Amino acid sequence: MSSLLEVASITKIFGGLVALNEVGFTVEKGSIVGLIGPNGAGKTTVFNCITGNYVPERGDILFRGQSIKGKKPHTVVEMGIARTFQSIRLFGKLSVLENVLAGRHCRLKSGLFSSLFHTPAQRREEEEAIERCLEELKFVGLESHWEDEAGALAYGSQRLLEVARALATDPELIILDEPAGGMNDQETASLVDVIAAIRARGITVLLIEHDMRLVMRICEKLVVLEHGNLIAQGDPATVRSNPDVIEAYLGTDDGDEEY
Amino acid sequence: MNTRKVRFITGLALGIVLAVLPFFVNNYWTDVCVSIGLYALLALSLNVILGQAGIFHMGHAAFYAVGAYTTAILNTMFQWPIFWTMPLAGLAAGLVALVVARPIIHLRGDYLLIVTIGIVEIVRIALVNDIFGITGGSNGIFGISRPQAFGFRIVKSIHFYYLVWGMCGISLLLFHFLWNSRFGRALNYIKHDDIAAEGCGVDVSHYKLMAFVLGAFWAGMAGTLYSAKMLTIAPASFNFMESVIIFAVVILSGGSQLGVLVSAFLFIGLPEVMRGLTESRMLFFGLAMMLMMVWRPQGILPPLPRVYKKALARAQALAREKSE
Repeated sequence: MSSLLEVASITKIFGGLVALNEVGFTVEKGSIVGLIGPNGAGKTTVFNCITGNYVPERGDILFRGQSIKGKKPHTVVEMGIARTFQSIRLFGKLSVLENVLAGRHCRLKSGLFSSLFHTPAQRREEEEAIERCLEELKFVGLESHWEDEAGALAYGSQRLLEVARALATDPELIILDEPAGGMNDQETASLVDVIAAIRARGITVLLIEHDMRLVMRICEKLVVLEHGNLIAQGDPATVRSNPDVIEAYLGTDDGDEEY
Repeated sequence: MNTRKVRFITGLALGIVLAVLPFFVNNYWTDVCVSIGLYALLALSLNVILGQAGIFHMGHAAFYAVGAYTTAILNTMFQWPIFWTMPLAGLAAGLVALVVARPIIHLRGDYLLIVTIGIVEIVRIALVNDIFGITGGSNGIFGISRPQAFGFRIVKSIHFYYLVWGMCGISLLLFHFLWNSRFGRALNYIKHDDIAAEGCGVDVSHYKLMAFVLGAFWAGMAGTLYSAKMLTIAPASFNFMESVIIFAVVILSGGSQLGVLVSAFLFIGLPEVMRGLTESRMLFFGLAMMLMMVWRPQGILPPLPRVYKKALARAQALAREKSE
């Protein structure tokens, strides 16, 4: 049985800069894997290669044993990989419910004609989609805000809404880019519960996170990047005691990596 | 009263006025209203592309021309009845849109705008040069026959008035359905943030292209009505300025369908009303536009949030479950 996701020694080059240098790791089905490293280590670049926003120059990415390298982002989502963005990318002027419906989009079938003519099948599908999306909102605890404008939500709630939007795509693997970024302790605590609940639904989680306490608490496996190189991987205890990792982390812990 | 109610009543009042208007005004004003109706129809179709999907397309007159010429050619050369040519005019315009938009649809904002201006010029020049020997060069095509339906010949201004505004009514309804659907939402997601839309699983280039083709299809059908009304068409009627006017009507409208109607009346009707000012009327018109941009940069009537009646009941049920 192969891994759910296999990143097979990918190399990504921007101009003359080697952003990722033969990075390879696997994500087993049902696990929670953390991707960590100092700023500029290439974590988000790895995510963007998986989601199809970037195409790596060398190497391959296999999802359920099938190559997804070079596939368009929307195709990758349809195949079962959903993501959230580091810099929140909600549709701020649209309602909370409509944001989740955006995630549901790829599982719906109504086309141009059934939409123009408002067919019974289209209406039934809409109803089901709305019901499902409200359930996802309930899952992250935002159901009472369904009518609000997404941009008006508190910061932590916006992050949770991104998670709900990703879950609405029926993913097998969900990729969270700094889900706790900008959250206070209380919000982080509820996020941990949400992540655990996601896994309990049988969805595999891959996340980038700076909050080390969070990472150590929930991840079964860690992958550590530094300057585009993979310097360690394994369970949290092993990684924490790795001398390379300790060195990489000294003195560098905040700032922002651009999407 | 909330905004939604005010708009509903305004829309209803406008509908009633439009339904009886020709009985109270002379032929000249009926003709002006036919012209407004045609622009409203074109602007409604452009609204799908520009207002809903946020694609900066300033070449809508090109698709209008393709539709008008398709009708004119089929009617004068092959004696097709006008109404039969309508779906073909739409298809021809949609096909042209598909072919020209496919390679450019990924362009962003102003870049796309420039290319679409190119499209309208290419179509106009092709028509002037009597392409395939069927467009009549710069003189255009004349001798288009009157439309006929169920033995009734549409001749008078008042007939055209109801034809054009009837078509507007149907378009309003269908585009309203479209807006309240998965398709309409997808266009909005793209308008707000196309990278996020793609990242959520929306096939961005597919939907952009579909919006383009649908808008062009509708403009092509509007072209049929134009041919039938004018009886003579020439390339000069489909110049860049026409595109700019349709574009401006949509921008001024704010993006809602009621806004498009109001905007079409202001844009096409106001210069007619101000005819008494003779030379200076465009000056006043320009001033009105400037004031508009200062006081209401978001447009006359931006769309209100969608209503999800089904969601309300469901959300209340969820809230009850929680409290128990």
